[in-house]
Amino acid sequence: MKIIVCVKQVPDAKDVRLDPKTNTLSREGVQAIMNPYDRHALEEAVRLKEQYGGMVTVLSMGPPQAEEMLREAVSCGADEAVLVSDRAFAGADTWATTYTLSMAIKKIDDFDLILCGKQAIDGDTAQVGPGLAERLDIPFVAYVRKINACTGNTIRAERLMDDGYDLVEVELPALFTVVKEINEPRIPSLKGKMKAKKIDITKLTAVDIEADPEQLGLKGSTTQVVKVFSPELKGARAMLAGTPSEQVAQLYAKLSPLL
Amino acid sequence: MLQIDIEACIGCGVCESTCTFGAIKVDGGVAVVSETCTLCGSCVDVCEVGALSIAREEKATQGNLADWSGVWVYAECRHGRLAPVALELLGAGRKLAEKRGVPLSAVLLGSKIEGMAEELIAYGADKVFVVDDPALASFTDDAYGNALSALAKQHKPEIILAGATAIGRSFIPRVATTLATGLTADCTDLAIRDEDGALLQTRPAFGGNIMATIVCPHTRPQISTVRPLVMKPLVRDAARKGEIMKVNLDPALLKPRVKVLESVVEDLDRVNLSEADIVVAGGRGLENEKGFAMIRELADVLGGAVAASRAAVDSGWIPYPHQVGQTGKTVAPKIYIACGISGAIQHLVGMQSADTIIAINRDPDAPIFDVATYGIVGDVFEIVPMLIAKFKERKSA
Ligand SMILES: Cc1cc2nc3c(=O)[nH]c(=O)nc-3n(C[C@H](O)[C@H](O)[C@H](O)COP(=O)(O)OP(=O)(O)OC[C@H]3O[C@@H](n4cnc5c(N)ncnc54)[C@H](O)[C@@H]3O)c2cc1C
Ligand SMILES: Cc1cc2nc3c(=O)[nH]c(=O)nc-3n(C[C@H](O)[C@H](O)[C@H](O)COP(=O)(O)OP(=O)(O)OC[C@H]3O[C@@H](n4cnc5c(N)ncnc54)[C@H](O)[C@@H]3O)c2cc1C
Ligand code: SF4
Ligand code: SF4
Repeated sequence: MKIIVCVKQVPDAKDVRLDPKTNTLSREGVQAIMNPYDRHALEEAVRLKEQYGGMVTVLSMGPPQAEEMLREAVSCGADEAVLVSDRAFAGADTWATTYTLSMAIKKIDDFDLILCGKQAIDGDTAQVGPGLAERLDIPFVAYVRKINACTGNTIRAERLMDDGYDLVEVELPALFTVVKEINEPRIPSLKGKMKAKKIDITKLTAVDIEADPEQLGLKGSTTQVVKVFSPELKGARAMLAGTPSEQVAQLYAKLSPLL
Repeated sequence: MLQIDIEACIGCGVCESTCTFGAIKVDGGVAVVSETCTLCGSCVDVCEVGALSIAREEKATQGNLADWSGVWVYAECRHGRLAPVALELLGAGRKLAEKRGVPLSAVLLGSKIEGMAEELIAYGADKVFVVDDPALASFTDDAYGNALSALAKQHKPEIILAGATAIGRSFIPRVATTLATGLTADCTDLAIRDEDGALLQTRPAFGGNIMATIVCPHTRPQISTVRPLVMKPLVRDAARKGEIMKVNLDPALLKPRVKVLESVVEDLDRVNLSEADIVVAGGRGLENEKGFAMIRELADVLGGAVAASRAAVDSGWIPYPHQVGQTGKTVAPKIYIACGISGAIQHLVGMQSADTIIAINRDPDAPIFDVATYGIVGDVFEIVPMLIAKFKERKSA
């Protein structure tokens, strides 16, 4: 089975804090990491390869620094890595991102399954997976929490819904987005690390993927960000005073009419 | 690319303090931009000497945007139940439609859905498109996506709203891609821009750390998924009149490539939590499972549901379906009581639209107090048992 895993480099959410004084995301010393959901997608791909044979290719659109993350993906079991990187991609919304990724995938050409994370923890849209499936005209399953079986060209999986889950069946090629419950990602092996050091990462530009420049980056985007600001908190901040029992009595008096 | 006119730049640093992404810095007396720039444009507007610009070769505008008119709401239903978010969206959509002077329509897709269209009218729809077909009995991206896209192509609405639910976030991106238009995810605020009638879509990003307002300037429809429990439904009015349009679609469109073999409802607890009027939530401050038993007891005497911060869930004191926040449930009860929860932004985004928020925390500087209607600085192990006793008295009285 030939599997492509789409991975995105994101700032580590643990470190991202909005500084209320300057209204900026303090990114000092913030590490760029592999999007956590994509780690689960990669792990699932490697497990499928171990079970059914085949090959895992990781694909990312991002700045040159994303190479480091791709090497890490190789150390965790990916066989090949492709980085599409070009200044023309800057400012891409999900429409332009799925265009770019779909053109890169058409270059890679051969695949049975594409795995993405449920969402990226920076943009947070969860739109790239389903948009990409539509661009490639292949079936799509969101929120996959378990891949049950794969027989011939047919795959069975469970997708998480708001009120439970669905068991679904689909013919390959297809695209899935995965949730964290699907597996526990492994840590890189020594052999993997050696391989990661040596591997040649395929680098593609906008020209290499034969992209229409009109469709790329900010220019190709259907949405535009017009304003960015910090969330407002609207609390009245009425602090009750007195001894604990006095405070409880006040709170009781305030709440009773609401019950 | 963000262009910096280094001749004009006076190195004042205003851009640096405006950029939420830390992407622009004054270095050696002039502004320098880095790779993390998202081209959001915030700095361009604040530079007083006009040193910043974004080479905005705009996307070509598709056809005549004025051909697209009307506001649509995708009315989600699953297992014979109308999703509460559908009614909330009608409330929000009604306001947008009135501002634009256009009708509000709902789109209902499913099988055996009699009676629901009338309900949508009672909650504000002028018109309901109903596709009632056995092929739509289970949710599939293909059938639902094709159906909504086909209707939108034919009737050309200017705005489509859908719930940011598992179903909405799964198939709406497909609809947007088919219609070659923009989609804004998980919105928490919607408004119409006075100058040009464009839809201003505001959403949290970076795990709730920032808010972004987004437009879709060159293509129609403008599509948003909207977070449940943020918008308010109208009061039900059975006397409202509306038109029900039964639509038959080409069966080929409703043939899914993904087969749903089984559909299991399991998380009833989770469903209850999002619909409860009173929610009592506990965090790491409860120290252990026994601490959590106290939270359950308070919830029981108040007739409410139990929720938790991620720290409490991660500690194994309570299962994940009870988690509230960015990676858990969003709730908007009448009363939310947060006990021993610090109030990290990832928690706040899941509960800050509650009507009344009570915070009990021993740290007077805990950020939870910033969203609290009433705050008590104190030990949960002292305050909560006293509250339980008080409300028990009331119950037996
Ligand atoms: C504040 C802000 C708000 C935004 N809001 C919107 C919006 O509402 N609508 C919109 O269309 N765009 C929006 N964008 C742009 C959007 O973040 C980018 O298009 C981004 O490239 C992809 O979206 P995402 O990060 O949400 O990814 P998601 O769709 O959440 O990612 C899902 C999965 O897709 C794959 N994937 C995503 N990006 C890549 C990549 N570059 N390379 C490889 N695989 C990838 C990964 O497997 C990932 O787990 C916004 C950007 C910002 C800065
Ligand atoms: C990507 C991402 C997603 C996340 N998603 C979520 C999410 O969905 N939901 C969520 O909740 N969190 C989420 N988090 C985690 C979040 O950042 C916080 O770590 C978490 O909410 C903290 O939980 P807490 O308030 O219970 O614990 P703490 O922050 O440890 O706070 C405990 C509080 O209890 C108080 N306290 C201690 N003892 C007592 C006592 N005896 N009496 C009174 N007060 C006491 C302390 O003063 C303190 O304020 C997410 C984080 C990330 C990075
Ligand atoms: S705001 Fe304008 S003048 Fe001031 S540092 Fe930035 S670019 Fe230069
Ligand atoms: S365009 Fe936005 S992200 Fe880029 S430097 Fe200016 S404020 Fe920062």
